[in-house]
Amino acid sequence: MNHFPELWGRPRDDVYGPYNSSYLKSTGPKTHTQSPAVTGTSVVAVKFNGGVAIAADNLASYGSLSRFTDVKRLRVFGESAVVGFSGDVSDMQYIDRLLESIDIRENYSTHGNLLNAKNLHTYLSKVFYKRRSDFNPLWNHILVAGFDGDKKPFLSSADLLGTTYSGPHLATGFGAHLAVPILRRLFPEEKPIEEITKEDAVSALRECLKVLWYRDARSLDKYSIAIITEDGVELNEDQKLEEQSWAFAESIKGYGAQVV
Amino acid sequence: MMSAMGHQSQNGTIGYSFGTPTTAPHKEHSFYPYTDNGGSTLGITGEDFAILAGDTRSVAGYNINSRYSPKVFKIGGEDDTGENAHIILSVVGFAADGHALKERLDAIVKMYKYQHGKPMSVRACAQRLSTILYSKRFFPYYVTAILAGLDEEGKGALYSYDPVGSYEREQCRAAGSAASLIMPFLDNQVSFKNQYIPGSGEGHDLQAKKKELLPMGTVEHLVKDAFTSAVERHIEVGDGLQMMVITKSGIEEKYFPLKQD
Amino acid sequence: MFRNNYDNDAVTFSPQGRIFQVEYAQEAVKQGSVVVGLVNKTHSVLVGLKRNAEELSSYQKKIIEVDSHMGIAIAGLASDARVVSNFMKQQSLSSRMTYGRPIPVDRIVTQIADRAQTNTQQYGKRPYGVGLLVAGVDEAGPHLFEFQPSGMIHEMLACAIGARSQMARTYLERHLDEIESSSRDELITHGLRALKETLSQDKELTVDNTSVGVVGLAGEGAKGKIESFKLYEGQQLLPLLETVEQQDSGETKEGEGMEVDS
Repeated sequence: MNHFPELWGRPRDDVYGPYNSSYLKSTGPKTHTQSPAVTGTSVVAVKFNGGVAIAADNLASYGSLSRFTDVKRLRVFGESAVVGFSGDVSDMQYIDRLLESIDIRENYSTHGNLLNAKNLHTYLSKVFYKRRSDFNPLWNHILVAGFDGDKKPFLSSADLLGTTYSGPHLATGFGAHLAVPILRRLFPEEKPIEEITKEDAVSALRECLKVLWYRDARSLDKYSIAIITEDGVELNEDQKLEEQSWAFAESIKGYGAQVV
Repeated sequence: MMSAMGHQSQNGTIGYSFGTPTTAPHKEHSFYPYTDNGGSTLGITGEDFAILAGDTRSVAGYNINSRYSPKVFKIGGEDDTGENAHIILSVVGFAADGHALKERLDAIVKMYKYQHGKPMSVRACAQRLSTILYSKRFFPYYVTAILAGLDEEGKGALYSYDPVGSYEREQCRAAGSAASLIMPFLDNQVSFKNQYIPGSGEGHDLQAKKKELLPMGTVEHLVKDAFTSAVERHIEVGDGLQMMVITKSGIEEKYFPLKQD
Repeated sequence: MFRNNYDNDAVTFSPQGRIFQVEYAQEAVKQGSVVVGLVNKTHSVLVGLKRNAEELSSYQKKIIEVDSHMGIAIAGLASDARVVSNFMKQQSLSSRMTYGRPIPVDRIVTQIADRAQTNTQQYGKRPYGVGLLVAGVDEAGPHLFEFQPSGMIHEMLACAIGARSQMARTYLERHLDEIESSSRDELITHGLRALKETLSQDKELTVDNTSVGVVGLAGEGAKGKIESFKLYEGQQLLPLLETVEQQDSGETKEGEGMEVDS
């Protein structure tokens, strides 16, 4: 205790270090730039004959901590569209609320919610781009799966910068490194998606998630998978990875070059 | 603890935060709003046509995002078919900015037609594009744009831009990650730079090869050659070549596969 | 002298429950030249009679393309119509921008209706002095909407607004079944014939005073899903008007024949 009552109860510099008062700054340029806190890892998706399959595990990490192990990162929109989220979970929940309100609004029109996956992707990419332009990004990388206006299978990606691209199979995060090569081997570009069956697509996704579970330290063996066809969305949210084989692990020493 | 005590004595104050101005480390500003999606574009004009081309690969670092992500767009046409467009635009650099720029210009050209009852001239559109780019001078669209169409006399017109709106009309231009590989080739093959009439003289007396506008077939060949070569030497270029040819009878779009490695 | 105390603004009810300013605005619509709209299973057609203020002036614009899937026909104050159509253009452009889809017709009609209604409930505002027929296609097929300054909207099978429009409506009511099952070209002809009904004795439809707008679902093998809004004016109308001419002369002959019979 000392003679300066205004200092009582404050953290002592000699114990806690000098207080960084810049965090209290209320003037100057807006610096609401964030960084992700609780995050989800890869989302993987494949087009097949008559639809799209999309999968993501049920983990939300807090840094390296496996924080929430029952988080659903696939979101169904309307009759036949699914959004898969990786990146910040709170931003995912914010976007989820956005989608909810759009769905409600659309359902007021005479013919119900007519927004298809393509429309949804256009919209979400605009949201991402707007927020990045305001220097207040939504820290996500998403895949949107469903159908376009011509009822053809649709799969496209959008990220926190508003960058968009599409393809017959896509993966975000670690999946871009681990899953995409697997998918490219299973479904080479010469092979039209009409020759890929639903079963092929689903088992490919399970295989990808397994490899990710082996190698991505921020992944989980519990996952969700959604299959979108003309008949609607079939969503399974509590899948377990089967037939794991960790035999390979014994032979791995060091970073791979080590043999003894 | 010892060092903390030392800090206290150094300061000569009681050691509380209040009233002690601290030089805080700069807060992390970890968001960078741009990325480079790679790829290259190229435009060449002729007497009565203009060609814009671009590869269709989209990259993020060493990853290939997509093998088909077009960089050349029709401007002012109908939304689902692109019909009745009379201007084409290519954008390379940060793809999200490129898209935003394309959509903005497209909306402006459409509104122009709605308000004036006639299509916007390429000259006017070119000037307007410059204004759009400059309006974001301090948070630029990170793209190199090339605009093409036919001018008032029906001649091929090509305008090239820097990210903040500086522009000029040119005969040919390459842009994007392999621009430095393609442009010298174009200088030589389209503008005949360093080509001389054999035996026309010695040293400074050498006569430069006379300039002439190339026919469409030749230009198309040059475009394909430029890209196949760029694919060999630049990792961000490849997968596919998208080409748009604009003539008085409309816009023809073509696609040729490129190497995927 | 009688004075109406309840028409000084658009927000006050008369004791009879009427809002006179809104009714006056509807009078403006009735004084505008006639426009007709009709739909079948594939197309939506707008037909309008253009007036010129005097011999030497140009003809007014009656049909405006709002987007490639939608157009409007106007009756009433053309300047108010411009404000409404600019708003519609903005809205449809923004729908294309944000969702990459053409705005559903009922959505945009509701939006202009809401705006028009606001003008009848806020002090200092005045209702739009224009009525519209909105023709368009969307995911649910072709549509025709009627819009009135009061903010009233109705989806219609066939409709006519403007001066002497009752004649056209009578025609449309009589031929409703034929209209529903008609082809694209027959639909246009029905529109023109309905329009013709409204003309006074000394007038006729010409390439100068007529406008036709067509929008619909694309036929088999066409590029894209819709047949974009197309405005027929001037010489383009010649074949359309000739068809009407031929049909009418054919019918009068038939009619005469029947009279002879009886």
